[in-house]
Amino acid sequence: MLRTIQIILWAAVAVVLGYLALTRFQDEPAATSFRPTFALPDETGTVRTSGEFQGKHLLVFFGFTNCPDVCPTTMMEVAEVMDVLGSDADEVQPLFISIDPERDRALGLTEYVTAFHPSILGLAGDDAATRTTAESFKIFYDRDADANAPDGYTMSHSPALYLVGPNGDWLRQYSYGTPAQEILDDLKGRL
Amino acid sequence: MFKPLLFTALLLPAAAFAECEPVVVGDLSVSAPWSRATIGASRPAVFYVTITNSGSEDDALTNIASPVAGMPMLHETVVKDGIASMPHAMSIPVPAGETMRLAPGSYHGMLMDLTGAQKEGDSFPVTLSFQNGGDVTIDVPVLSLRAEEAECAAAP
Ligand SMILES: [Cu+2]
Repeated sequence: MLRTIQIILWAAVAVVLGYLALTRFQDEPAATSFRPTFALPDETGTVRTSGEFQGKHLLVFFGFTNCPDVCPTTMMEVAEVMDVLGSDADEVQPLFISIDPERDRALGLTEYVTAFHPSILGLAGDDAATRTTAESFKIFYDRDADANAPDGYTMSHSPALYLVGPNGDWLRQYSYGTPAQEILDDLKGRL
Repeated sequence: MFKPLLFTALLLPAAAFAECEPVVVGDLSVSAPWSRATIGASRPAVFYVTITNSGSEDDALTNIASPVAGMPMLHETVVKDGIASMPHAMSIPVPAGETMRLAPGSYHGMLMDLTGAQKEGDSFPVTLSFQNGGDVTIDVPVLSLRAEEAECAAAP
C-alpha cells in the first residue's frame, strides 16, 4: 500500500516536471500539436480572436515595448520577412502580444508595432487574458522586480517567434536570433 | 549633373567611416558606437559599442552617462533555458588583450528617461567610465529602427 502511494507520488512529480519542462524549455520541440487560442483587444479596444485569422499563417511574438534590445531584433526580422514575401504577405498575419499590457497600452502599442511594419497587429489584454494566452501558447513570462528599472520592474519572457497554421495548429517556433532568410525559406515552403 | 553625383559618391564613404575611427584612451580603444531610432521619447534608447583592451591589465566598463538620458544603465540580455531577461550589469569586463562588444542580444547600454525621441541621422554623446582607464566621451550615431550593427561594421 505504502509502496503504491510512493509510486503515485513519484508519477505526480514526473507529470509536474514534464509540464514545467514543456512550458519553460521552449527549445524542446512540442511532442504533439496543439491549438493555441486568444481573445485580446487591439489598441482600439476591439477584441481580436484566434478564430478570425483562420486561413492565414500567424507569426506570433510575445514581448513588451519597453524592451530596446531583444524585441526590436525579432520585430525587425518579422518586418523583413513581410517585405520579402511580397504578394504572399497577405497569407501571413504577424502579431505582437504584449506581456506588459497595462504599460504598453499607456505607451502606445500600434505606434510601436507599425514603426517596424504596417502589417504587424499589436494586442494587449488584461492580466488574466494575457496569462491565459501565454498558457495556451505554452510560453513563459514573468515580471522581475528591479529597483533600478523604470517603474521598478522589468519583464522576462520566451523570446522566440511562433508559427500558427491556417487551421489554428501550432506549427513550430523560430528560436531567438533565427535570421529572416531562414524564416522566409521555411515559411515560403508552407504557403 | 555628373559632378555632384560623383562628389556625393566620394563623400558618402568618408561620412560612413568617420564613426569607425576608434577613440583611444590609454590601452583602451573605443569604436563603432551606435544606437537605434526610438519610437517616441518615453521608451528607452539602446547603446552599443566595441571596446578593445590592448594592455596587460584587465579593465571594466563601470558606468555610462549621456545628456540625452536621465537614467542610463548597463544591462545584459541573458537568454537561458529559452527565457530572455535583462538584468542590470554592475560592470562589463574588458579583459587584457580582448575585445568586448556591446551588441544586440548581449551587453547593452540602456538609456532611459530620454530628453526627446532619437531620430535616425541624429547623434548624441555618451561618456564611458572605466575602472582603470578613466573616462572617454564619444559621439553615437542614431541608425534606423531596423539597424543590426554599426554602419562601419557592415562595411567591407
Ligand atoms: Cu536593457
